Amino acid sequence: MAEPRFHADTETIIRAEGVEKFYAQPSENRIQVIAPTDLSIVPGEIVALLGPSGSGKSTLLRMLSGLSAPSAGQVLWHGKPIGSVQINVSIVFQSFALFPWLTVLENVEAPLKARGIEPDERRESSMRILDTVGLDGFQAAYPKELSGGMRQRVGFARALVVEPEVLFMDEPFSALDVLTAENLRSELMELWQKKTIPTKSIFLVTHNIEEAVLLADRIIVLGRNPGHIRTDFKVTLEHARDRKAAPFTNIVDYIYKVLTRPDVVPATEPDHQHPASRPVRDQRQMKYETLPHARPGGIAGLLELLIDHKGRADIYRLADDLAFEIDDLFPIVEAAQLLDFLRVEEGDAVITAAGHEYAESEILRQKELFRKAAIDHVLLLRQITRALENKSDHTVPEEFFLDMLDEQFSEEETRRQLETAINWGRYTELFDYDAARRRFVLPEAEETAESVEEEAS
Amino acid sequence: MIKIDHTFARSLVPERTWPVFLDLVVAAFCLAGFYAVIFVARYWFSSPVPEVVISRSPSALPLYAFYSIVRTVAAYFLSLIFAVGYGYIAAYNKRVESLMIAALDILQSIPVLSFLPGVMLAMIALIPGRQLGIELGAIVLIFTGQVWNMAFSFYSSLKSIPRELREACAINRFSAWQRFWQLELPFSAIGLIWNSMVSVAAGWFILVVCEMFPVGTRHFRLPGLGSYLQTAANNGDTAATIYGIITMMVIIVLTDQLVWRPLIVWSDKFKFENTDSGSRVTSPVLHLLRNSTALAWVQERTLAPLGERIYRAFAHRKEHQVADVISQPGARRVASFSTIVLAFFAAAAVLVAAVKALGLLRQVPGSDYLLLFEGAGATFLRVNAALLISSLWTIPVGVAIGFNPRIARVLQPLIQMVASFPATVFYPIIILGFLRIGVGLGIGSVGLMLLGTQWYVLFNVIAGAMAIPSEMREVADLFHFGTVQRWKTVILPGIFPYLVTGLVTASGGAWNASIIAEYFHLREQTLTTVGLGAQISAASDSGNFGVLLMATIIMATMVVTVNRLLWRRMYRLAETKYRLD
Repeated sequence: MAEPRFHADTETIIRAEGVEKFYAQPSENRIQVIAPTDLSIVPGEIVALLGPSGSGKSTLLRMLSGLSAPSAGQVLWHGKPIGSVQINVSIVFQSFALFPWLTVLENVEAPLKARGIEPDERRESSMRILDTVGLDGFQAAYPKELSGGMRQRVGFARALVVEPEVLFMDEPFSALDVLTAENLRSELMELWQKKTIPTKSIFLVTHNIEEAVLLADRIIVLGRNPGHIRTDFKVTLEHARDRKAAPFTNIVDYIYKVLTRPDVVPATEPDHQHPASRPVRDQRQMKYETLPHARPGGIAGLLELLIDHKGRADIYRLADDLAFEIDDLFPIVEAAQLLDFLRVEEGDAVITAAGHEYAESEILRQKELFRKAAIDHVLLLRQITRALENKSDHTVPEEFFLDMLDEQFSEEETRRQLETAINWGRYTELFDYDAARRRFVLPEAEETAESVEEEAS
Repeated sequence: MIKIDHTFARSLVPERTWPVFLDLVVAAFCLAGFYAVIFVARYWFSSPVPEVVISRSPSALPLYAFYSIVRTVAAYFLSLIFAVGYGYIAAYNKRVESLMIAALDILQSIPVLSFLPGVMLAMIALIPGRQLGIELGAIVLIFTGQVWNMAFSFYSSLKSIPRELREACAINRFSAWQRFWQLELPFSAIGLIWNSMVSVAAGWFILVVCEMFPVGTRHFRLPGLGSYLQTAANNGDTAATIYGIITMMVIIVLTDQLVWRPLIVWSDKFKFENTDSGSRVTSPVLHLLRNSTALAWVQERTLAPLGERIYRAFAHRKEHQVADVISQPGARRVASFSTIVLAFFAAAAVLVAAVKALGLLRQVPGSDYLLLFEGAGATFLRVNAALLISSLWTIPVGVAIGFNPRIARVLQPLIQMVASFPATVFYPIIILGFLRIGVGLGIGSVGLMLLGTQWYVLFNVIAGAMAIPSEMREVADLFHFGTVQRWKTVILPGIFPYLVTGLVTASGGAWNASIIAEYFHLREQTLTTVGLGAQISAASDSGNFGVLLMATIIMATMVVTVNRLLWRRMYRLAETKYRLD
């Protein structure tokens, strides 16, 4: 099993040429999820794909692994179109995707069964891989009897048992607690470095920056609207990497900087880096800014924390303080930025005067300030309020705004945009939403109607 | 669709957004199907019909029970295979999906017994002069009464398989065969088992009636429990009736203990959840089966190697498939061309048959229409009265039982069993009772409908009351809610989704029961009342296919309309506002 993995071939295993993903809309415009993208996976490296939520990380992974066909462009496996040849890849899923009705052994055997391998041989290689991932003795257990970490070990065993040339991982550690994740990561690195597994390349999708810097030989950062490569660089630090060492934190800071400044092409690279490619930003003119999915309470909390840090703090440090994942913190930072409560400078969050006033005010005053900022800076909220004020009955059906938004966003994102808008609208008392009738209403109109009813009865 | 596991749900109300056009297409298919059955039936009708003499001796009962069980089992497996096939095709063929689901919705609304004369005549005609014809007729009839909810259950399970599980199959190149056994069937097993219980109960309900019935001047008779019970009732033989009922009870209890209970316990491993919950039901039978060395031995030597060979064959085919698809683009084009030609001819045939069926309707005189609508109104009122009465007593009783876990644990399986007991068995006794106290069938039929349907409501209300979190009840206690407030804010909203499920099922059952309850042969006389069900039965008896068709259409239309206007809205409300999670 431990044959030499890196024989001289540096031939690209998977190459994506101009792949893109879009959903056709009934109207003229289509929703672009991923802009035309070129990408190669070569032997001997762990590639980490980072990006904010909605940047199409998982979509890209599914196109590269042949699960989903690109809308345009093509994916090549050793130079041949991916649909025309038998490819040898595996995926480790975020949710583990184990079959709860099969035992651990049966789960691991299933891919071999699909390849028509004899029972004895199947069992032998399954037991061997279970041994490798530290699951010996658990073969007769059902997944639901195991802890999350153990279950993901089964996920790894199932993926590795077919000896994949490329191992794809879709946020494999994000459903696990911190310690378990750390443990599994280091065990994976050990397997990889000692070449216990014949896998030639690992492609990891993650939203955890530290995880990426810890594991990867190469990091790709995606931007969104539509998904595109912001930066793609090699990490040459020695394993095992020290999270506290300066080169490590430099790279982490650099990635934070790239992620927090979506409008700027990253200019400075981490000190030892040379970018593999410098992509062009494919920015479509968007009518609506994407509303970050943050709650007003979260924004106030963040601003108060900033004041404690004397009005300026490194976002990376903040996330660390809060034990937040980047995907949890970013929407809040973006929302505060959108409302002009803070600015982002060099990966630092800096509170503005307006933000200061907001954070220091009492509740009712806060609502007022938030309302003003929302009306000034958020087009969607402005439009909803206007529409409601202009209608004689002060109600507007939800579809009206859904139709406007889905010109620009996917169905799911449209829903989420509206949810956030409702959340903000309710907080600021700009408008209310009647879930039963799926209509937006002005709070005053509703109150008067209710009081009239009460008087009548 | 609201997802409530472990409940008795029969008529399911699917969420749909298709245009009227599809409904018309389905209607055309139904008309065509109806005409085709009648046409074949008439054409072959000259063949002799066997009339079996039914013995009333208790010693004949085991054999009769056996015959009836064989029919039920055959019909059940037919339904299972059809349901799985239908659900599978509907779930994976985008082009026919909405059409097939629309068809399901309408087909489950058609009262089974309207098919009775047509199906029987067709089957007898296909296998002339032999018992087998009527046998098959009975089996097909039971099949039509139990297949739709199973098909719908399988379809919606397939649709709700998590994406990552599907991807795990795709990335590991599972063949369709392996995907079916390792993902699709296990994932839908629990839904299928619960629906099977309901379906088999419905099967018995129909079987009791269809083993012995007249069409026109002919009397069809099959040896079985149903015909035994009817013969006993017709002859006023109380002892025989009691023997028959006891036999039925034994069958129901044994089915519950030997089949459903082990299946439910076994299916616990198909629960798609991440935590291991302690299983509540136990089954000694399953324990026995699991630990049987003989069974394991047989399995190891027969099924296991066979399964291996099939897997390997499919795996190899799959390996070659990639190359084939690329190299033979022409074959696909030919296939799709022949599909188009076939579809064209099928469509033409459907159209012709549908037009002919409409011609059948033209023979119905105008005065009959008036009667039909009058009957429809009467039956509609009866069904709703039955629902109202069952809600009135089952809600308080069900909530009381549900709030007392110890009683619920004992009573729930019992009620489940009562619900699976075919109410039709009791019809003769109850009607005789009604006659004695001077209640006509007009009001009496409401009682008969209640008998079969109220248990679904009760069962679901109990489940709903048990599902109300104890914290919510504690809040009510803490703030000293009055009785009215307690019911309005805690109990009724809490049981709402379950209540809706129970009522939909009961409503479907009541419509179906009306056909038997409003028109009954007893001791050489026919008891009847004004009602759509009575008209369907009468038309079927006299072989008046025009009226039969029209009455069936009216009933199906009413059921579908009520489903759409009322129950679907209720489901939506249950799904959004009254969801507890």
